[in-house]
Amino acid sequence: MRTFSYHRVSDVDVALAALRQPETQAIAGGTELVNWLKEGIEAPARLVDITGLPLAGVESTPDGLRIGALARMSDVAAHPVVRDRYPVLAQSLLRAASAQLRNMATIGGNLLQRTRCPYFRADTALPCNKRVPGSGCAARHGDTSAQAIFGWSEHCVATHPSDLAVALAALDATIVVRGEAGERRIPATEFHRLPGDEPERHTELRAGELITAVEVPAESGAEHSHYLKVRERVSYEFAVVSAAAVVQLSGTTITGARLALGGVAHRPWRLGGAEQAVVGLSVSDRPALLAAVAADFGDARPLPGNEYKITLAQRAAVRALQAA
Amino acid sequence: MSNHVAVTVRVNGVDREIEVDPRATLTETLRDRLGLTGTKKGCDRGECGACTVLVNGRRVLSCMTLAVTAHGAEVTTVEGLSSGGELHPVQRAFLENDAFQCGFCTPGQVMSAVACIAEGHATSDDEIREWMSGNICRCAAYPQIVASVAKAAAELGGAAR
Repeated sequence: MRTFSYHRVSDVDVALAALRQPETQAIAGGTELVNWLKEGIEAPARLVDITGLPLAGVESTPDGLRIGALARMSDVAAHPVVRDRYPVLAQSLLRAASAQLRNMATIGGNLLQRTRCPYFRADTALPCNKRVPGSGCAARHGDTSAQAIFGWSEHCVATHPSDLAVALAALDATIVVRGEAGERRIPATEFHRLPGDEPERHTELRAGELITAVEVPAESGAEHSHYLKVRERVSYEFAVVSAAAVVQLSGTTITGARLALGGVAHRPWRLGGAEQAVVGLSVSDRPALLAAVAADFGDARPLPGNEYKITLAQRAAVRALQAA
Repeated sequence: MSNHVAVTVRVNGVDREIEVDPRATLTETLRDRLGLTGTKKGCDRGECGACTVLVNGRRVLSCMTLAVTAHGAEVTTVEGLSSGGELHPVQRAFLENDAFQCGFCTPGQVMSAVACIAEGHATSDDEIREWMSGNICRCAAYPQIVASVAKAAAELGGAAR
């Protein structure tokens, strides 16, 4: 590991000034960055410890929920309002990682997780446009079983690993970021990018910016919501596929729905067509729901090893709708 | 040139002042600088839980914690659990239930279990399995580990079994 200097900050403006220096990285919970340092994926000259910034609160207001970027996953999941009124959010947090990691990892850091693509994380250097732009994509014609079915490019077929991001996409949340030029507000559905020909740009966060908060609107109607995570073991594992559903009901009839999938793309994948198509259906009519969801998979382009994800994701979406 | 950082940390009730390389993890610092080798370095990448310690009463992975970031914190390791030669109820339960074979993961399992019970996440076997899932046992002593956590939880009043 390359050596670095270490600086603590307690003021957001001081932190932003420090982050404008070259080769400087922010560290909060450390559960991602420490791995990147060990693996050589990151080698900053300066590390700015931002855990002293006053950004760890969770506030519930008439407008909704405002979650500080430095709030820990475990604390947000245990917050009474999150638990009672935003089940999809609490579930996405509690079904991620382990108790120890959730005690460390922050909300902002969770969104900045990098892909678990084994080629990106390989011990020996393999072609990966995320690690070395222009080096190619070893995954494209390699083991594609865990890779994307939506929105991938010839340059990158990776998926995003965050469970939280999928729930936030279904909740129409907003990511609040601050930089030298002030505050920007980015819809959760657009915070993560599709790879295109710049897969090394993981998110819309620019150099020198910090995530300060995540806002969830009150009108998201999250009382009926659910996060379904399909994984290879029952706990402490990344999703093969996941689905976040937020549903409005009149009796058993769906009057509104928002659906997002995880594990299928470089960002949470909203199923806008399915959201429209399920309105008016009975939440217990599984065949009709499945048909409505399946009709929104026209853009799916499975790779040789991951066609199974289409079936899995469609069924997961229906189960999430029914459990919401 | 040294870019070492002065860190004050309270470990098992004793204040320690050390200069640490900012790259050093808390695992390495506990073991190599403070001689507390009960905390184990397993995967060293946040996957196995063998390095679990309590920082300010919360269970965390010391291999994913840079020691510099523990400045001002209170750290409890497996060496800090017993008092006056008496084993902690969780340690005793692990012994009584034979909850290990090789024992390498045990300090992490024990620290995680102490926190799991204190959090109130040990009220059923299923809940224990879920909330202890961050601690991997290569010897697969899981049934005995779950039994130990349940036993200790009953003794500590953390369970409604």
